[in-house]
Amino acid sequence: MSDAIRVRGLVKRYGELAAVDGVDFSVPSGQVFAFLGPNGAGKTTTVEILEGLRRRTDGEVSVLGLDPWSQGRELHQQIGVIPQEFRFFEKTRPAEAIRYYGVLFGTHPDPTEMLARVKLSDKAEANFDTLSGGQKQKLGLALALVSEPKVLFLDEPTTGLDPSARRGIWEVIRNLRSEGRTVFLTTHYLEEAELLADQVAIIHHGKIIAEGTSSDIITAHGRPERLRVDGPPSLADYLRSNLQVPVTTDRGTLEIELRTPHDALRVLTAIEESGIPWKDFGTVHDTLEDVFIQMVGQMDEGEVAARRSP
Amino acid sequence: MNPRRVAADFGVFSRGYLRNPFGLFFSLIFPLILIGIFGLIYSNSAAPTITVYAENLDHQSNASVAFLAALNGTGAVTVQVIDPSVVGNFSQWLGQNGDPAGLVIPAGFGAAYANKTPLNVTVFVNPEDQLSSGVTEGSVQGVANAFNLRAAGGRPFIGVHANGLGSTLFNNIDYLIPGLIGFTIVTSPMFAMVEISSTYKKERLFRQLSLTPLTKGEWLLSKILFYIALTFVSAAMMIGFGTVVFHAHVTLNIAVLPFLFVGPLFFVSLGMLAGSVAKTPESAGVIGNIITFPMMFLSGTFFPVSSFSPALKTFAHILPLFYVIDGMNQVLLFGNLGRAAVDLAIVFVGASLLFVAAIVAFKWRDE
Ligand SMILES: Nc1ncnc2c1ncn2[C@@H]1O[C@H](COP(=O)(O)OP(=O)(O)OP(=O)(O)O)[C@@H](O)[C@H]1O
Ligand SMILES: [Mg+2]
Repeated sequence: MSDAIRVRGLVKRYGELAAVDGVDFSVPSGQVFAFLGPNGAGKTTTVEILEGLRRRTDGEVSVLGLDPWSQGRELHQQIGVIPQEFRFFEKTRPAEAIRYYGVLFGTHPDPTEMLARVKLSDKAEANFDTLSGGQKQKLGLALALVSEPKVLFLDEPTTGLDPSARRGIWEVIRNLRSEGRTVFLTTHYLEEAELLADQVAIIHHGKIIAEGTSSDIITAHGRPERLRVDGPPSLADYLRSNLQVPVTTDRGTLEIELRTPHDALRVLTAIEESGIPWKDFGTVHDTLEDVFIQMVGQMDEGEVAARRSP
Repeated sequence: MNPRRVAADFGVFSRGYLRNPFGLFFSLIFPLILIGIFGLIYSNSAAPTITVYAENLDHQSNASVAFLAALNGTGAVTVQVIDPSVVGNFSQWLGQNGDPAGLVIPAGFGAAYANKTPLNVTVFVNPEDQLSSGVTEGSVQGVANAFNLRAAGGRPFIGVHANGLGSTLFNNIDYLIPGLIGFTIVTSPMFAMVEISSTYKKERLFRQLSLTPLTKGEWLLSKILFYIALTFVSAAMMIGFGTVVFHAHVTLNIAVLPFLFVGPLFFVSLGMLAGSVAKTPESAGVIGNIITFPMMFLSGTFFPVSSFSPALKTFAHILPLFYVIDGMNQVLLFGNLGRAAVDLAIVFVGASLLFVAAIVAFKWRDE
C-alpha cells in the first residue's frame, strides 16, 4: 500500500509565529486520517498546504506523488476539498453548482443523487445565500465529490451540523473509504475521529504530540482502565489501606485504577469484605477525548509554568 | 481555453446576476431613467418652434398672406395669425401672453409691394430672450429681403442648405444615446468587477475556483462575454426607448458592434486590474471611483467633448471611454467609419494589454 500523502519536516511561519513547526506524517492510500488539535493548533494551515492553497516555509510535501504548490493544477483534478467555512456564489443554487462543477471537471454528476447523498435534496433550488450554515457545508461536501477524487480533504466537515446530519456525513465518509478513496479529515469531535479514522494525529502548537490508531493513542497516553463504584469516603480509605491501589473520589463516586485484569477481582472482593454499603459498579476507560483533553491541558499547564519561571 | 468551461461559468454567473435585482436595475433600468431625465430636459429647452403672433392689417392682399406663409415656411418660426379686434393693444397683449414675438403687417402692404414704395413691418420681441428675438428678427428680415429681391425682378443665386455635422440635423437626445451606451459600458463592468475582485478574495471564492480546472483566463473571459451580452441588451433597450419616447434619430449600423465588444473587454479588464492591485475592499472601491467618475462625465457621455475648454478637451483624449463614445458617434451619427476605425483600434489595443495585465495581477490563491 503506497502513501497518498507524505509530509516531512513541514514548517509554516507567519512572521514570527511558527503555525506548523516540523510536522511529519504519512497517510496510506485508502485510509481515513483524522487530524485533531485545539483551535489555532495548525490544522487548517497544514491542510491548505496539502491542497496547494498555501505555500510552505520549509519541508517536503507530496500528495499523490505531486508537489501541491508547484503542481497544483494537476493535483486539483484528483482531489476534493471542503474548506473550513465553505462559501460559494451567493445567488447560485445547489443543483446548478453541481452541474457547473461537473462541466469544469468533465464529469457527469447527477445533482439529484448527489444532493440526496448529503441530505440536501430539499434545497436543490435555493439560492446559496439562503442556506443555513450546515446546509452550506453539505453543499461543500457534494461539490468536493464531483471530481470523483482519489483524496479528499475535509476541514471540519461536520462543524455546525445537527446530530443526524453529522451521521449522514459519517455515512458518506465510510462509503468513500469503502470505494478506496483516501480521506484527510480535521475535526473537533473526537468521537468522530475514533469512529471513522484508521489513523489519528494530534497537533498542538504546530507540533504533533500523538499519532497512531486511536486505541494506540489511548493505550500510550491514557490512564489505565478504572473500576467505578458509588460509596462513602470510608470505602475509599478502606481500599487504599488494604490494597495499596490509587483511589480517587468525586462526590460519592470512587474510581479505582486497574493495572491488570486481576486487579478487578481483588477490588471487588475487598469491597464485599469491607461490609461498607456500595452500589452501581462498572468499569470506565479513557476515550480519545479524555486523552486529548489531558494531553493538551498538561502541555498548556507546562507552558504556563515555563513562562512564569524566568 | 476550454469553451465548455467558459460557457458553464458564463451560465452560473449570468443566472446569479439575473437573480440580483439591484445589479439588473443599475445596468438596465438606470440608463433608461437617465435618458428619460435628459430627454425631458432637452425637449423643453431645444423646442425649435418660436411662435410669432401676427396681426395682418392688410389681410385682403395676396402679398401679405404670401409674406406670412413664407415666414412660416422658413421653419424657424411658427406664424399664428390673430384677429386685431380681439387683441386690442398688441404690445400689451404680447406681454401678458408671455409669448413675446409678434409681427404687425400694416394696412397698404399689398399696394406698397405692388408699387415698390417703402413701408415697414413691425416686429415685437423680448430683448431678454436673445435666442427667440434673434431668430424672429432674422427670419422676418430674410423673408423681407426675398420679397424685395423678387419685387426688383431679381433671382436669388446664393442658396443656403441647412446642415448639421453629418447628414441630418441632430437633437441633443441623439448625441445622448451613444454617450449613455458608453456610460453603461464603463459603469456596469467597472463597478461590478471592482466589487467582485475584492469580495471574491475576501469570501475566498477565488481559492474555491482555483481548486477546479477553471483557469483565470477562462473566468475573466466569461465575465467579459457576460458584460458584452449585457451591453447589447442595454444598448438595444436605450436605442428603443430613445427612439420610441423621444424620437431620437439613430442610424443603426453594424459598424457599431465592434465597440460593443471591445468596450466591455476594456472595462472588465480594467475593473479587475483595479480591484486586484488594491489591498482591501475599501481601497478597491476608491481606486474604482477615481478611474470611473472622470470618465462618466468627461468622455462625452452627457456633454459633447466639442463643447469643452481646450484643457478639458486634452484631458478627455486620455480617457479610454472617449474613444468608445467618439467611435460610436462617428458610426451612429456621422457615418465617418475611418475615424471610427482609428478609435476602435486604440480601444482594442488598450483592452488587449489590460486583459493580459488583469490575468497576471489577480491571484487565485494567496501567495
Ligand atoms: N494568514 C495567516 N496569517 C497569520 N497567522 C495565521 C494565518 N493563518 C493562520 N494563522 C495563525 O496560525 C495558527 C494556526 O492556524 P490554523 O488556522 O492552522 O489553526 P486550526 O488548527 O485550523 O484552528 P481551528 O481549529 O480554530 O480551525 C493560528 O495561531 C493562527 O492565528
Ligand atoms: Mg482550522
